[in-house]
Amino acid sequence: MRNAFADELTRLGDEDSRIVMLSGDIGNRLFDKFKARHPSRFYNCGVAEANMMGVAAGMGINGLRPVAYSIAPFVTTRCLEQIRTDVCYHEAPVTIVAVGGGLSYAGLGPTHHACEDISFLRSIPNMVVICPGDAHEVRAALRAAMRQHRPVYIRIGKKGEPLVHPGAIADFEIGKAITISDGDDVCLLSTGNMLPEAVEAARGLKERGISAEVVSFHTVKPLDEARLREAFGRFRLVATIEEHSLIGGFGAAVAEWLVDTGTNPTSLLRVGTPDAFFKKSGEQAYAREMLGLTGRQIADKIVQALH
Amino acid sequence: MNVAVRTPAPRVDAAALKLTAAQLRGRIIAMSHAAQAAHLASSLSCADVLTAAYWHVLNIDPQSPGDLLRDRFILSKGHAAAALYATLAMKGYFEIEELDSFCRDGGRLAEHPPANLLPGVEAATGSLGHGLPIGCGIALSGRIKGERFRVYALLSDGENNEGSVWEAAMFAAAQKLDNVCVIVDYNKWQATGRSDETLMLAPLRDKWAAFGWDASEIDGHDVGALAEAMQRVPNGSGKPVALIAHTIKGKGVSFMEDDNNWHYRAPTADEVVKARKELGLA
Repeated sequence: MRNAFADELTRLGDEDSRIVMLSGDIGNRLFDKFKARHPSRFYNCGVAEANMMGVAAGMGINGLRPVAYSIAPFVTTRCLEQIRTDVCYHEAPVTIVAVGGGLSYAGLGPTHHACEDISFLRSIPNMVVICPGDAHEVRAALRAAMRQHRPVYIRIGKKGEPLVHPGAIADFEIGKAITISDGDDVCLLSTGNMLPEAVEAARGLKERGISAEVVSFHTVKPLDEARLREAFGRFRLVATIEEHSLIGGFGAAVAEWLVDTGTNPTSLLRVGTPDAFFKKSGEQAYAREMLGLTGRQIADKIVQALH
Repeated sequence: MNVAVRTPAPRVDAAALKLTAAQLRGRIIAMSHAAQAAHLASSLSCADVLTAAYWHVLNIDPQSPGDLLRDRFILSKGHAAAALYATLAMKGYFEIEELDSFCRDGGRLAEHPPANLLPGVEAATGSLGHGLPIGCGIALSGRIKGERFRVYALLSDGENNEGSVWEAAMFAAAQKLDNVCVIVDYNKWQATGRSDETLMLAPLRDKWAAFGWDASEIDGHDVGALAEAMQRVPNGSGKPVALIAHTIKGKGVSFMEDDNNWHYRAPTADEVVKARKELGLA
Protein backbone atom coordinates (compact mmCIF):
# COMPACT_ATOMS: atom_id res chain seq x y z
CA MET A 1 0.00 0.00 0.00
CA ARG A 2 2.87 2.34 0.85
CA ASN A 3 4.43 2.24 -2.59
CA ALA A 4 1.03 2.59 -4.27
CA PHE A 5 0.44 5.71 -2.18
CA ALA A 6 3.78 7.26 -3.16
CA ASP A 7 3.28 6.39 -6.83
CA GLU A 8 -0.29 7.66 -7.00
CA LEU A 9 0.67 10.84 -5.15
CA THR A 10 3.37 11.50 -7.74
CA ARG A 11 0.80 11.13 -10.52
CA LEU A 12 -1.66 13.38 -8.73
CA GLY A 13 1.12 15.88 -8.17
CA ASP A 14 1.61 16.04 -11.93
CA GLU A 15 -2.08 16.70 -12.46
CA ASP A 16 -2.72 19.22 -9.69
CA SER A 17 -0.22 21.91 -8.79
CA ARG A 18 -1.98 22.53 -5.46
CA ILE A 19 -0.84 19.19 -4.05
CA VAL A 20 1.97 19.53 -1.51
CA MET A 21 3.61 16.58 0.26
CA LEU A 22 4.57 16.95 3.93
CA SER A 23 6.49 14.14 5.56
CA GLY A 24 7.29 13.66 9.23
CA ASP A 25 10.84 12.57 8.47
CA ILE A 26 9.89 9.12 7.24
CA GLY A 27 9.77 7.45 3.82
CA ASN A 28 13.45 7.56 2.93
CA ARG A 29 13.65 7.32 -0.89
CA LEU A 30 9.91 6.66 -1.08
CA PHE A 31 9.17 10.12 -2.44
CA ASP A 32 12.24 10.54 -4.65
CA LYS A 33 10.11 10.72 -7.80
CA PHE A 34 7.72 13.25 -6.30
CA LYS A 35 10.66 15.34 -5.05
CA ALA A 36 12.38 15.20 -8.43
CA ARG A 37 9.27 16.32 -10.28
CA HIS A 38 7.97 18.82 -7.73
CA PRO A 39 10.90 20.07 -5.67
CA SER A 40 8.98 23.10 -4.40
CA ARG A 41 6.11 20.93 -3.22
CA PHE A 42 7.83 18.43 -0.96
CA TYR A 43 8.72 19.30 2.63
CA ASN A 44 10.32 17.12 5.22
CA CYS A 45 8.79 18.68 8.32
CA GLY A 46 11.05 16.77 10.67
CA VAL A 47 10.06 14.89 13.78
CA ALA A 48 7.61 17.60 14.72
CA GLU A 49 4.13 16.38 13.89
CA ALA A 50 2.21 19.08 15.76
CA ASN A 51 3.87 21.74 13.65
CA MET A 52 3.49 19.66 10.49
CA MET A 53 -0.25 19.44 11.01
CA GLY A 54 -0.52 23.16 11.73
CA VAL A 55 1.51 23.92 8.61
CA ALA A 56 -0.75 21.60 6.60
CA ALA A 57 -3.81 23.43 7.92
CA GLY A 58 -2.28 26.80 7.01
CA MET A 59 -1.56 25.59 3.49
CA GLY A 60 -5.08 24.19 3.16
CA ILE A 61 -6.61 27.43 4.43
CA ASN A 62 -4.61 29.27 1.79
CA GLY A 63 -5.74 27.20 -1.20
CA LEU A 64 -3.32 24.27 -1.41
CA ARG A 65 -4.02 20.54 -1.01
CA PRO A 66 -1.43 19.32 1.48
CA VAL A 67 -0.92 15.65 2.22
CA ALA A 68 0.57 15.04 5.68
CA TYR A 69 2.27 11.69 6.06
CA SER A 70 3.86 9.72 8.87
CA ILE A 71 3.51 6.53 10.87
CA ALA A 72 -0.02 6.16 12.16
CA PRO A 73 0.36 7.01 15.88
CA PHE A 74 2.58 10.01 15.15
CA VAL A 75 0.36 11.55 12.49
CA THR A 76 -2.80 11.01 14.55
CA THR A 77 -2.50 10.68 18.31
CA ARG A 78 0.66 12.79 18.64
CA CYS A 79 -0.97 15.76 16.96
CA LEU A 80 -4.62 15.07 17.61
CA GLU A 81 -5.41 18.58 18.79
CA GLN A 82 -3.87 20.09 15.66
CA ILE A 83 -6.00 17.73 13.56
CA ARG A 84 -9.09 18.71 15.48
CA THR A 85 -8.54 22.43 15.86
CA ASP A 86 -6.30 23.47 12.97
CA VAL A 87 -7.51 21.10 10.28
CA CYS A 88 -11.09 20.09 11.09
CA TYR A 89 -12.37 23.22 12.82
CA HIS A 90 -11.05 25.31 9.91
CA GLU A 91 -12.40 22.76 7.40
CA ALA A 92 -8.98 22.85 5.77
CA PRO A 93 -8.66 20.43 2.84
CA VAL A 94 -5.82 18.46 4.38
CA THR A 95 -5.36 14.78 3.60
CA ILE A 96 -3.70 12.87 6.40
CA VAL A 97 -2.11 9.61 5.32
CA ALA A 98 -1.07 7.22 8.06
CA VAL A 99 1.21 4.33 7.24
CA GLY A 100 1.34 1.37 9.58
CA GLY A 101 -2.35 1.22 10.43
CA GLY A 102 -3.33 -1.31 13.09
CA LEU A 103 -0.61 -3.85 13.72
CA SER A 104 1.21 -3.38 10.41
CA TYR A 105 4.34 -2.51 12.36
CA ALA A 106 3.69 -5.04 15.11
CA GLY A 107 7.37 -5.82 15.43
CA LEU A 108 8.20 -2.23 16.34
CA GLY A 109 6.15 -2.49 19.49
CA PRO A 110 3.11 -0.66 20.89
CA THR A 111 4.70 2.77 20.35
CA HIS A 112 4.22 2.07 16.64
CA HIS A 113 0.88 0.26 16.79
CA ALA A 114 -2.28 2.14 15.89
CA CYS A 115 -5.42 0.45 17.12
CA GLU A 116 -7.15 3.58 18.41
CA ASP A 117 -6.75 6.04 15.52
CA ILE A 118 -10.10 5.36 13.84
CA SER A 119 -11.80 6.00 17.15
CA PHE A 120 -10.06 9.34 17.66
CA LEU A 121 -10.41 10.57 14.11
CA ARG A 122 -14.00 9.63 13.43
CA SER A 123 -15.21 11.55 16.48
CA ILE A 124 -13.95 14.84 15.06
CA PRO A 125 -16.47 16.93 13.11
CA ASN A 126 -15.77 17.44 9.38
CA MET A 127 -13.39 14.48 9.20
CA VAL A 128 -13.72 11.68 6.66
CA VAL A 129 -12.13 8.36 7.64
CA ILE A 130 -11.03 5.94 4.93
CA CYS A 131 -9.25 2.62 5.47
CA PRO A 132 -8.35 1.17 2.08
CA GLY A 133 -8.28 -2.61 1.80
CA ASP A 134 -5.50 -3.02 -0.73
CA ALA A 135 -3.15 -1.03 -2.96
CA HIS A 136 -5.84 -0.43 -5.57
CA GLU A 137 -8.10 1.05 -2.92
CA VAL A 138 -5.22 3.21 -1.69
CA ARG A 139 -4.83 4.74 -5.14
CA ALA A 140 -8.56 5.24 -5.59
CA ALA A 141 -9.03 6.66 -2.09
CA LEU A 142 -6.20 9.16 -2.50
CA ARG A 143 -7.60 10.27 -5.84
CA ALA A 144 -11.07 10.61 -4.33
CA ALA A 145 -9.70 12.53 -1.34
CA MET A 146 -8.13 15.06 -3.68
CA ARG A 147 -11.54 15.66 -5.26
CA GLN A 148 -12.96 16.58 -1.84
CA HIS A 149 -12.62 19.99 -0.34
CA ARG A 150 -12.44 18.89 3.27
CA PRO A 151 -10.25 17.00 5.73
CA VAL A 152 -9.70 13.33 4.96
CA TYR A 153 -7.91 10.65 6.94
CA ILE A 154 -6.52 7.71 4.97
CA ARG A 155 -5.21 4.80 7.02
CA ILE A 156 -2.99 2.47 5.06
CA GLY A 157 -0.97 -0.63 5.96
CA LYS A 158 2.65 -1.13 5.02
CA LYS A 159 4.15 -2.53 1.83
CA GLY A 160 3.59 -5.84 0.10
CA GLU A 161 0.06 -6.68 1.21
CA PRO A 162 -1.82 -9.02 -1.14
CA LEU A 163 -4.02 -7.40 -3.77
CA VAL A 164 -7.72 -8.16 -3.51
CA HIS A 165 -9.08 -6.13 -6.41
CA PRO A 166 -8.14 -7.43 -9.87
CA GLY A 167 -7.15 -3.97 -11.09
CA ALA A 168 -7.71 -0.24 -10.81
CA ILE A 169 -11.08 0.70 -9.28
CA ALA A 170 -12.84 3.03 -11.67
CA ASP A 171 -15.96 3.78 -9.65
CA PHE A 172 -14.56 4.26 -6.14
CA GLU A 173 -16.68 6.59 -4.08
CA ILE A 174 -16.02 7.83 -0.56
CA GLY A 175 -18.75 6.42 1.66
CA LYS A 176 -19.76 3.64 -0.74
CA ALA A 177 -18.68 0.15 0.27
CA ILE A 178 -17.46 -2.26 -2.41
CA THR A 179 -18.72 -5.84 -2.69
CA ILE A 180 -15.77 -8.14 -3.24
CA SER A 181 -17.72 -11.39 -3.56
CA ASP A 182 -21.38 -12.31 -3.21
CA GLY A 183 -22.71 -14.72 -0.60
CA ASP A 184 -25.97 -15.93 0.91
CA ASP A 185 -25.50 -16.84 4.57
CA VAL A 186 -23.25 -14.35 6.29
CA CYS A 187 -21.80 -10.96 5.41
CA LEU A 188 -18.24 -9.95 6.22
CA LEU A 189 -17.79 -6.19 6.39
CA SER A 190 -14.06 -5.57 6.42
CA THR A 191 -12.31 -2.24 6.78
CA GLY A 192 -8.71 -1.48 5.97
CA ASN A 193 -5.84 -3.91 5.78
CA MET A 194 -7.93 -6.82 7.10
CA LEU A 195 -9.54 -7.27 3.68
CA PRO A 196 -7.28 -10.20 2.64
CA GLU A 197 -8.12 -11.91 5.97
CA ALA A 198 -11.83 -11.42 5.27
CA VAL A 199 -11.39 -13.02 1.85
CA GLU A 200 -9.52 -15.87 3.51
CA ALA A 201 -12.30 -16.25 6.11
CA ALA A 202 -14.90 -16.50 3.33
CA ARG A 203 -12.83 -19.22 1.69
CA GLY A 204 -12.67 -21.14 4.97
CA LEU A 205 -16.40 -20.76 5.48
CA LYS A 206 -17.11 -22.01 1.96
CA GLU A 207 -15.22 -25.22 2.77
CA ARG A 208 -17.64 -25.68 5.64
CA GLY A 209 -20.67 -25.09 3.51
CA ILE A 210 -21.29 -21.48 4.55
CA SER A 211 -21.65 -18.86 1.85
CA ALA A 212 -20.11 -15.55 2.92
CA GLU A 213 -20.41 -12.21 1.20
CA VAL A 214 -17.28 -10.07 1.46
CA VAL A 215 -17.56 -6.30 1.47
CA SER A 216 -14.72 -3.81 1.60
CA PHE A 217 -16.13 -1.15 3.90
CA HIS A 218 -13.28 1.25 3.16
CA THR A 219 -15.04 4.33 4.50
CA VAL A 220 -15.71 4.29 8.23
CA LYS A 221 -17.02 7.85 8.20
CA PRO A 222 -19.43 8.59 6.68
CA LEU A 223 -20.89 5.10 6.99
CA ASP A 224 -22.54 3.58 3.93
CA GLU A 225 -25.91 3.33 5.62
CA ALA A 226 -27.68 1.90 2.56
CA ARG A 227 -25.20 -0.95 2.47
CA LEU A 228 -25.67 -1.56 6.21
CA ARG A 229 -29.46 -1.63 5.83
CA GLU A 230 -29.10 -4.09 3.00
CA ALA A 231 -26.67 -6.33 4.89
CA PHE A 232 -28.63 -6.45 8.12
CA GLY A 233 -31.84 -7.02 6.18
CA ARG A 234 -30.50 -9.93 4.16
CA PHE A 235 -28.08 -11.87 6.38
CA ARG A 236 -28.60 -13.64 9.65
CA LEU A 237 -25.04 -12.76 10.68
CA VAL A 238 -23.00 -9.70 9.82
CA ALA A 239 -19.40 -9.49 10.97
CA THR A 240 -17.32 -6.33 11.16
CA ILE A 241 -13.61 -6.99 10.73
CA GLU A 242 -10.88 -4.48 11.53
CA GLU A 243 -7.33 -4.29 12.84
CA HIS A 244 -8.41 -1.76 15.43
CA SER A 245 -9.74 -1.76 18.95
CA LEU A 246 -13.32 -2.88 19.46
CA ILE A 247 -13.68 0.40 21.35
CA GLY A 248 -14.61 3.21 19.01
CA GLY A 249 -13.63 1.68 15.69
CA PHE A 250 -15.56 0.44 12.68
CA GLY A 251 -17.47 -2.25 14.58
CA ALA A 252 -18.38 0.29 17.23
CA ALA A 253 -19.61 2.68 14.54
CA VAL A 254 -21.82 -0.06 13.11
CA ALA A 255 -23.10 -0.94 16.59
CA GLU A 256 -23.98 2.71 17.18
CA TRP A 257 -25.80 2.77 13.86
CA LEU A 258 -27.76 -0.36 14.77
CA VAL A 259 -28.91 1.13 18.05
CA ASP A 260 -29.70 4.52 16.56
CA THR A 261 -31.76 3.02 13.74
CA GLY A 262 -33.54 0.46 15.91
CA THR A 263 -32.04 -2.40 13.93
CA ASN A 264 -31.78 -5.78 15.65
CA PRO A 265 -28.19 -5.90 16.97
CA THR A 266 -28.11 -9.62 17.73
CA SER A 267 -26.92 -10.43 14.21
CA LEU A 268 -23.72 -8.38 14.66
CA LEU A 269 -20.37 -10.03 15.38
CA ARG A 270 -17.48 -7.64 15.91
CA VAL A 271 -13.91 -8.75 15.21
CA GLY A 272 -11.10 -6.45 16.27
CA THR A 273 -8.25 -5.98 18.71
CA PRO A 274 -8.77 -6.20 22.48
CA ASP A 275 -8.49 -3.37 25.00
CA ALA A 276 -4.82 -4.12 25.68
CA PHE A 277 -1.35 -3.27 24.39
CA PHE A 278 0.29 -6.09 22.45
CA LYS A 279 3.71 -6.20 24.06
CA LYS A 280 5.24 -9.38 22.69
CA SER A 281 7.80 -9.16 19.92
CA GLY A 282 6.81 -10.56 16.58
CA GLU A 283 5.57 -9.39 13.21
CA GLN A 284 2.03 -8.68 12.05
CA ALA A 285 1.17 -12.29 11.13
CA TYR A 286 2.14 -13.43 14.63
CA ALA A 287 0.19 -10.63 16.30
CA ARG A 288 -2.90 -11.42 14.25
CA GLU A 289 -2.61 -15.11 15.16
CA MET A 290 -2.30 -14.26 18.86
CA LEU A 291 -5.29 -11.91 18.73
CA GLY A 292 -7.57 -14.16 16.71
CA LEU A 293 -7.51 -11.99 13.61
CA THR A 294 -6.43 -14.45 10.91
CA GLY A 295 -8.92 -15.47 8.24
CA ARG A 296 -9.08 -18.99 9.62
CA GLN A 297 -9.74 -17.77 13.16
CA ILE A 298 -12.39 -15.34 11.94
CA ALA A 299 -14.10 -18.21 10.10
CA ASP A 300 -14.08 -20.21 13.34
CA LYS A 301 -15.67 -17.32 15.25
CA ILE A 302 -18.40 -17.04 12.64
CA VAL A 303 -19.14 -20.75 12.72
CA GLN A 304 -19.38 -20.52 16.51
CA ALA A 305 -21.69 -17.55 16.34
CA LEU A 306 -23.98 -19.32 13.90
CA HIS A 307 -24.51 -22.20 16.32
CA MET B 1 3.22 35.48 -10.52
CA ASN B 2 1.07 37.74 -8.43
CA VAL B 3 3.09 40.33 -6.64
CA ALA B 4 1.48 42.74 -4.27
CA VAL B 5 1.86 46.35 -5.25
CA ARG B 6 3.16 47.91 -2.09
CA THR B 7 3.24 51.63 -1.79
CA PRO B 8 6.16 52.97 0.22
CA ALA B 9 5.37 52.86 3.91
CA PRO B 10 4.11 56.20 5.16
CA ARG B 11 5.92 57.98 7.94
CA VAL B 12 4.95 56.67 11.33
CA ASP B 13 2.57 59.09 13.00
CA ALA B 14 3.22 58.05 16.59
CA ALA B 15 0.82 60.62 18.09
CA ALA B 16 -2.07 59.40 15.96
CA LEU B 17 -1.23 55.79 16.78
CA LYS B 18 -1.18 56.58 20.51
CA LEU B 19 -4.63 58.11 20.30
CA THR B 20 -5.92 55.07 18.40
CA ALA B 21 -4.40 52.74 20.99
CA ALA B 22 -6.19 54.63 23.78
CA GLN B 23 -9.48 54.35 21.90
CA LEU B 24 -8.86 50.65 21.33
CA ARG B 25 -8.23 50.18 25.04
CA GLY B 26 -11.46 52.01 25.79
CA ARG B 27 -13.40 49.62 23.55
CA ILE B 28 -11.74 46.58 25.13
CA ILE B 29 -12.57 47.73 28.65
CA ALA B 30 -16.18 48.43 27.69
CA MET B 31 -16.49 44.96 26.16
CA SER B 32 -14.97 43.27 29.18
CA HIS B 33 -17.37 45.13 31.47
CA ALA B 34 -20.47 44.46 29.36
CA ALA B 35 -19.69 40.77 28.94
CA GLN B 36 -18.03 40.32 32.34
CA ALA B 37 -15.42 38.45 30.33
CA ALA B 38 -11.95 37.36 31.40
CA HIS B 39 -8.59 38.20 29.82
CA LEU B 40 -8.91 41.97 30.00
CA ALA B 41 -5.33 42.47 31.15
CA SER B 42 -4.03 40.21 28.38
CA SER B 43 -5.97 42.26 25.84
CA LEU B 44 -4.66 45.58 27.15
CA SER B 45 -1.15 44.19 27.13
CA CYS B 46 -1.13 43.78 23.36
CA ALA B 47 -3.24 46.79 22.35
CA ASP B 48 -0.22 48.74 21.11
CA VAL B 49 0.99 45.83 18.97
CA LEU B 50 -2.45 45.57 17.36
CA THR B 51 -2.56 49.31 16.81
CA ALA B 52 0.85 49.37 15.13
CA ALA B 53 -0.09 46.37 12.98
CA TYR B 54 -3.54 47.41 11.82
CA TRP B 55 -3.08 51.18 11.62
CA HIS B 56 0.38 51.25 10.08
CA VAL B 57 1.98 47.98 9.01
CA LEU B 58 -0.49 45.57 7.45
CA ASN B 59 -1.25 45.69 3.76
CA ILE B 60 -4.96 44.97 4.13
CA ASP B 61 -8.31 46.09 2.81
CA PRO B 62 -11.19 45.47 5.24
CA GLN B 63 -13.58 45.59 2.28
CA SER B 64 -11.71 42.69 0.70
CA PRO B 65 -10.82 40.38 3.60
CA GLY B 66 -10.13 37.40 1.33
CA ASP B 67 -7.59 39.16 -0.90
CA LEU B 68 -4.88 36.59 -1.64
CA LEU B 69 -2.13 39.18 -1.38
CA ARG B 70 -3.13 40.65 1.97
CA ASP B 71 -0.77 40.53 4.91
CA ARG B 72 -1.95 38.11 7.56
CA PHE B 73 -2.16 38.88 11.26
CA ILE B 74 -2.80 35.87 13.47
CA LEU B 75 -3.74 36.46 17.08
CA SER B 76 -2.12 33.29 18.33
CA LYS B 77 -2.88 34.38 21.90
CA GLY B 78 -6.56 33.93 21.15
CA HIS B 79 -7.62 34.83 24.67
CA ALA B 80 -7.06 38.45 23.71
CA ALA B 81 -10.02 38.13 21.34
CA ALA B 82 -11.63 41.32 22.66
CA ALA B 83 -8.60 43.29 21.46
CA LEU B 84 -8.81 41.69 18.02
CA TYR B 85 -12.58 42.16 17.69
CA ALA B 86 -12.36 45.81 18.69
CA THR B 87 -9.52 46.31 16.22
CA LEU B 88 -11.36 44.64 13.36
CA ALA B 89 -14.55 46.60 14.07
CA MET B 90 -12.66 49.90 14.28
CA LYS B 91 -11.01 49.04 10.95
CA GLY B 92 -14.40 48.38 9.38
CA TYR B 93 -14.40 44.60 8.97
CA PHE B 94 -17.81 44.66 10.61
CA GLU B 95 -20.05 47.16 12.37
CA ILE B 96 -18.85 48.69 15.62
CA GLU B 97 -22.27 47.89 17.12
CA GLU B 98 -21.52 44.18 16.81
CA LEU B 99 -18.96 44.59 19.62
CA ASP B 100 -21.98 44.80 21.95
CA SER B 101 -22.65 41.14 21.17
CA PHE B 102 -19.29 40.02 22.63
CA CYS B 103 -19.92 36.71 24.43
CA ARG B 104 -23.70 37.04 23.96
CA ASP B 105 -25.83 34.03 23.03
CA GLY B 106 -25.94 33.44 19.31
CA GLY B 107 -23.33 36.00 18.33
CA ARG B 108 -20.16 35.74 16.24
CA LEU B 109 -17.85 37.17 18.90
CA ALA B 110 -17.09 34.24 21.16
CA GLU B 111 -14.45 34.40 23.89
CA HIS B 112 -11.91 33.10 21.40
CA PRO B 113 -11.78 33.96 17.68
CA PRO B 114 -13.84 31.54 15.55
CA ALA B 115 -13.01 29.75 12.30
CA ASN B 116 -14.69 30.71 9.04
CA LEU B 117 -17.19 32.98 10.72
CA LEU B 118 -15.92 36.51 11.14
CA PRO B 119 -14.22 38.59 8.43
CA GLY B 120 -10.65 39.48 9.32
CA VAL B 121 -10.03 36.51 11.61
CA GLU B 122 -7.26 34.60 9.83
CA ALA B 123 -7.21 31.60 12.14
CA ALA B 124 -9.25 30.32 15.02
CA THR B 125 -7.11 30.42 18.14
CA GLY B 126 -7.57 29.95 21.84
CA SER B 127 -5.59 26.81 22.31
CA LEU B 128 -2.05 28.15 22.57
CA GLY B 129 0.77 27.13 20.27
CA HIS B 130 -1.34 26.88 17.12
CA GLY B 131 -1.08 30.26 15.45
CA LEU B 132 2.56 30.09 14.44
CA PRO B 133 2.44 26.66 12.74
CA ILE B 134 -0.67 27.74 10.83
CA GLY B 135 1.05 31.01 9.96
CA CYS B 136 4.10 29.13 8.69
CA GLY B 137 1.82 27.02 6.50
CA ILE B 138 0.16 30.11 5.10
CA ALA B 139 3.55 31.76 4.48
CA LEU B 140 4.98 28.70 2.77
CA SER B 141 1.87 28.24 0.64
CA GLY B 142 2.25 31.85 -0.48
CA ARG B 143 5.82 31.13 -1.54
CA ILE B 144 4.73 28.00 -3.42
CA LYS B 145 1.99 29.92 -5.23
CA GLY B 146 4.17 32.94 -5.91
CA GLU B 147 2.08 35.28 -3.77
CA ARG B 148 4.04 37.80 -1.77
CA PHE B 149 2.68 38.84 1.58
CA ARG B 150 3.77 38.87 5.20
CA VAL B 151 2.51 36.83 8.12
CA TYR B 152 2.48 38.26 11.65
CA ALA B 153 1.75 36.07 14.64
CA LEU B 154 1.21 37.56 18.08
CA LEU B 155 2.12 35.14 20.84
CA SER B 156 1.74 35.47 24.57
CA ASP B 157 4.76 34.80 26.75
CA GLY B 158 2.97 31.91 28.43
CA GLU B 159 2.36 30.52 24.96
CA ASN B 160 6.11 30.03 24.66
CA ASN B 161 5.60 27.10 27.05
CA GLU B 162 4.08 25.12 24.20
CA GLY B 163 6.43 22.79 22.35
CA SER B 164 4.65 23.39 19.06
CA VAL B 165 5.89 27.01 19.15
CA TRP B 166 9.47 25.78 19.07
CA GLU B 167 8.74 23.15 16.45
CA ALA B 168 7.39 25.94 14.29
CA ALA B 169 10.35 28.18 15.13
CA MET B 170 12.78 25.55 13.83
CA PHE B 171 10.62 24.91 10.79
CA ALA B 172 10.39 28.60 9.86
CA ALA B 173 14.14 29.00 10.21
CA ALA B 174 14.88 25.88 8.13
CA GLN B 175 12.52 27.07 5.39
CA LYS B 176 13.92 30.62 5.63
CA LEU B 177 10.45 32.10 6.01
CA ASP B 178 11.73 35.66 6.21
CA ASN B 179 8.23 37.03 5.63
CA VAL B 180 7.10 35.63 8.97
CA CYS B 181 7.22 37.83 12.06
CA VAL B 182 6.51 36.73 15.59
CA ILE B 183 5.72 39.30 18.23
CA VAL B 184 5.88 37.98 21.78
CA ASP B 185 3.72 39.91 24.22
CA TYR B 186 6.23 39.55 27.04
CA ASN B 187 4.28 40.86 30.03
CA LYS B 188 6.04 38.44 32.43
CA TRP B 189 2.80 36.90 33.65
CA GLN B 190 0.89 33.85 32.61
CA ALA B 191 -2.56 32.83 33.80
CA THR B 192 -1.64 31.86 37.34
CA GLY B 193 1.90 32.94 37.94
CA ARG B 194 5.09 34.74 36.92
CA SER B 195 6.26 33.39 33.58
CA ASP B 196 9.86 32.75 34.57
CA GLU B 197 8.77 30.97 37.73
CA THR B 198 6.48 28.67 35.75
CA LEU B 199 8.69 27.59 32.86
CA MET B 200 11.93 29.52 32.45
CA LEU B 201 11.58 31.79 29.43
CA ALA B 202 14.62 33.98 30.01
CA PRO B 203 16.66 34.75 28.07
CA LEU B 204 13.79 34.83 25.60
CA ARG B 205 15.44 36.88 22.87
CA ASP B 206 18.46 34.59 22.96
CA LYS B 207 16.24 31.55 22.69
CA TRP B 208 14.55 32.82 19.53
CA ALA B 209 17.93 33.86 18.12
CA ALA B 210 19.32 30.42 18.90
CA PHE B 211 16.41 28.92 16.97
CA GLY B 212 17.53 30.76 13.86
CA TRP B 213 15.43 33.90 14.03
CA ASP B 214 16.43 37.52 13.65
CA ALA B 215 15.40 38.34 17.20
CA SER B 216 15.37 41.66 18.97
CA GLU B 217 13.80 43.25 22.01
CA ILE B 218 11.47 46.18 21.83
CA ASP B 219 9.27 48.31 24.06
CA GLY B 220 5.89 46.73 23.43
CA HIS B 221 4.08 49.96 24.30
CA ASP B 222 6.05 52.23 21.98
CA VAL B 223 3.62 52.14 19.06
CA GLY B 224 5.94 54.13 16.84
CA ALA B 225 8.87 51.80 17.41
CA LEU B 226 6.62 48.77 16.98
CA ALA B 227 5.28 50.11 13.71
CA GLU B 228 8.77 50.68 12.36
CA ALA B 229 10.10 47.30 13.48
CA MET B 230 7.12 45.38 12.15
CA GLN B 231 7.30 47.23 8.85
CA ARG B 232 10.91 45.99 8.38
CA VAL B 233 9.76 42.47 7.47
CA PRO B 234 11.43 40.86 5.59
CA ASN B 235 14.50 42.68 6.84
CA GLY B 236 17.16 41.32 4.51
CA SER B 237 18.59 38.87 7.02
CA GLY B 238 16.97 35.93 5.26
CA LYS B 239 15.57 34.88 8.63
CA PRO B 240 12.13 35.04 10.17
CA VAL B 241 11.81 37.97 12.54
CA ALA B 242 11.05 37.75 16.26
CA LEU B 243 10.19 40.87 18.24
CA ILE B 244 10.31 40.26 21.96
CA ALA B 245 7.97 43.03 23.04
CA HIS B 246 8.37 43.97 26.69
CA THR B 247 4.93 44.82 27.93
CA ILE B 248 2.92 45.38 31.08
CA LYS B 249 -0.12 43.28 31.67
CA GLY B 250 -3.14 45.56 31.99
CA LYS B 251 -1.21 48.46 30.41
CA GLY B 252 -2.96 51.81 30.35
CA VAL B 253 -4.97 51.56 33.54
CA SER B 254 -2.95 52.15 36.69
CA PHE B 255 -4.98 49.87 38.95
CA MET B 256 -4.77 46.99 36.47
CA GLU B 257 -1.13 47.27 35.49
CA ASP B 258 0.99 44.28 36.48
CA ASP B 259 -1.81 42.95 38.71
CA ASN B 260 -2.50 39.42 37.55
CA ASN B 261 -5.96 39.37 39.16
CA TRP B 262 -7.03 41.14 35.98
CA HIS B 263 -6.24 38.04 33.96
CA TYR B 264 -9.70 36.87 35.02
CA ARG B 265 -11.44 39.89 36.60
CA ALA B 266 -13.83 42.14 34.71
CA PRO B 267 -14.27 45.81 35.67
CA THR B 268 -17.28 47.32 37.43
CA ALA B 269 -19.07 50.36 36.00
CA ASP B 270 -17.11 52.65 38.35
CA GLU B 271 -13.83 51.09 37.31
CA VAL B 272 -14.72 51.64 33.66
CA VAL B 273 -15.22 55.35 34.36
CA LYS B 274 -11.88 55.57 36.18
CA ALA B 275 -10.11 53.67 33.45
CA ARG B 276 -11.53 55.86 30.70
CA LYS B 277 -10.37 58.96 32.57
CA GLU B 278 -6.85 57.58 32.81
CA LEU B 279 -6.88 56.82 29.11
CA GLY B 280 -7.95 60.39 28.36
CA LEU B 281 -11.27 59.21 26.95
CA ALA B 282 -13.63 60.57 29.57
